[in-house]
Amino acid sequence: MGSNGRDSVIDDRPSPRGKRVSLFVTCMVDMLYPETGMAVVDVLEHLGVAVDFPPGQTCCGQPGFNAGYRREAKQVATQFLKAFQDAEVIVAPSGSCAAMVRHEYPRLFADDPLWGDTARRLAAITWELTEFIVEGLGITDLRGRLPAPQTIAFHDACHGLRLLGLGQAGRALVDKLENAAVVEWEPGEICCGFGGLFSVKMADVSGAMLHKKIDAIEQAGADVIVTGDVSCLTHINGGLEKQGKPARVIHIADLLAEGVRHAKPVE
Amino acid sequence: MQNRSNDFIPAAQVAIHDADLQRAVSFGTNAGYTRRRAAMFAAGEAHGQALRRQAAAIRRNCLNRLPELLAEAEANMTANGIRVLWAIDAEEANRQVVEIARRHDARAVVKSKSMVTEEIGLNHALEAAGCVVLETDLGEYIVQLGGETPSHIVVPIVHKTRESIRDLLIDRLSMPPTDDAEEMARFVRETLRRDFLAADMGVSGGNFIIAETGSLCLVSNEGNARLVTSLPRVHVALVGIEKVVATVEDYATLTQVLPRSATGQAMTVYTHLINGPRRANEPDGPEHVYVILVDNGRSGIYATTYAEALACIRCGACLNGCPVYQVTGGHAYGWVYPGPIGAVVTPLLTGLENASPLPYASTLCGMCKEVCPVDIDLPRMLLDLRADLVAMGRSEAVWTVGMKAWAGGVGSPATYQLGGRMAALAGKVVIGSLPGPLKGWTVYRTPPRFAKKPFRRLWAERQSRREERDEQP
Repeated sequence: MGSNGRDSVIDDRPSPRGKRVSLFVTCMVDMLYPETGMAVVDVLEHLGVAVDFPPGQTCCGQPGFNAGYRREAKQVATQFLKAFQDAEVIVAPSGSCAAMVRHEYPRLFADDPLWGDTARRLAAITWELTEFIVEGLGITDLRGRLPAPQTIAFHDACHGLRLLGLGQAGRALVDKLENAAVVEWEPGEICCGFGGLFSVKMADVSGAMLHKKIDAIEQAGADVIVTGDVSCLTHINGGLEKQGKPARVIHIADLLAEGVRHAKPVE
Repeated sequence: MQNRSNDFIPAAQVAIHDADLQRAVSFGTNAGYTRRRAAMFAAGEAHGQALRRQAAAIRRNCLNRLPELLAEAEANMTANGIRVLWAIDAEEANRQVVEIARRHDARAVVKSKSMVTEEIGLNHALEAAGCVVLETDLGEYIVQLGGETPSHIVVPIVHKTRESIRDLLIDRLSMPPTDDAEEMARFVRETLRRDFLAADMGVSGGNFIIAETGSLCLVSNEGNARLVTSLPRVHVALVGIEKVVATVEDYATLTQVLPRSATGQAMTVYTHLINGPRRANEPDGPEHVYVILVDNGRSGIYATTYAEALACIRCGACLNGCPVYQVTGGHAYGWVYPGPIGAVVTPLLTGLENASPLPYASTLCGMCKEVCPVDIDLPRMLLDLRADLVAMGRSEAVWTVGMKAWAGGVGSPATYQLGGRMAALAGKVVIGSLPGPLKGWTVYRTPPRFAKKPFRRLWAERQSRREERDEQP
């Protein structure tokens, strides 16, 4: 696995076990994929985790930040800090948004006398969904099962893979679902070409990268492609639909939720 | 070299529709990426990563001590009989090389591969002074023959197919027709041998300079660098000031990661450690050796938060790994250094206003940092360059307006929710293409569809159902 980007700040953070989880659902899941948000809640509650949803949350600020608009990004990020300032643990169904909070907030608010401490504290308690379950709670077996046998390949969203060092966590969770078989798919580690503003500013380059990803999906030979970020998912599925292809990428939370709905009875 | 980086977007579009280029670049970068991975981690992931960390630390340490190491290198090279010159910019470096050629009455010049000479446009300067300049690296030779520029730091002709190289050699040099790459190389080799024997002056680059011994280090695979640096009467090496390392041990580590990252070799075929001109008891070697330490904007980078970019050892791994480079090739970047490292150093060396699209020529996927043998945080620098562009007012007005509207809307929950409801309503009107600057999205993808009820509504409904249930006696 190409995961050398593990961030040192987070390696020795306190265990989130037994703590209340504040869900950062992310703006894209909120507006485009609300069912995926409910899937996250289902999976967490299945594990006995108490979940709340701070209603003041909007977006992490990444669209502005990645475009170079630091002041605008900070304006949006400040709203995040306000919304989550009382959180014990923050979980997001997105490696990209989690990486924004963990990697960029401490830098963005480094010299901010008002919000600097909150930014650093929230950076240290923010987790991506699968790493929260596997590394935070120490659980890999959700005791779930899929209704029918399925082969599953991973599209490793770049920020989760290379900024958070994810990759194994999602595979471990899916692999333990009954009826699920994870298949190796090397192009899964290659960027789909989304890149936020990049996808419109450099539309042709982005489109060419997307084309390669779609070719690779067709050759993957898996029943399902899962990913940890709805931004990649929107990009890839938008391309598949545009080309009239039937395949679709799904969010890992939806697959895990399907698994826990058909959970094995506890002995 | 002229900078056409501001034309990145149209140039990339041309490259995307060039089927031969796509085939060649895809093959070349895949091979480079796969070989690098195999070579770096031949002794296991942990060993390869440890080697990377060590190399990264060495480069940073040497950069931190750069002024003192440069002075030490100059003193020790001079003691070895090497004439050391300093060039602040391209013009001064070119003038120095031309003066050396005149001083030694050198007309026929042979060159081994050097990116810094591309950067300063040395060939044109020498030709203008009446010299005949010949590139002797096979790739550079083909680039020169075709009147092109290199499209890759290590593999200058990665954009060319075997067929196009064959046609060029037949057309220009009347090569006996063949499709065999080895035969083509043999043909060029025989042609070149005569030029080597007739050359007055050899020009090379330099991969490293070892300060403590005053040695110039070169790695190569074709043997041409050995001939360039030992057959002609005069050898001139042009080296960027950032290439100095402190000790032989530093060099020993870096020379492990460089070929592994560049070509997937544990070692290059030739490794040269040049310690001065021919000595009295030596049968061969040049009578005069010059090293020109080229700044050309580097000390400007050294003084900024982008200094880490100077750690680059020019292996080209970030080009091979970059999914953008893989579809655009190198020429679209418009200057000497393409790919992620080019997207960072081109604006820094030639001015951000002359390379404004390059910091945006990345999805920030992180692959460049992952494969970098000295762990340069290229994505972070691309982000910072974008912020610099915005601060300079060099971002397009449409994005500035859009981002302000976005921040105003998303910056408060009330306007955020209102915006979401409006988007959901707008989504009911079936549209195939998005307006304005978002049009690019719908050329390749269908528009995203907003849900009827956002998550926060589903959550609120679920909470009230739970509360009702809990209130039941």
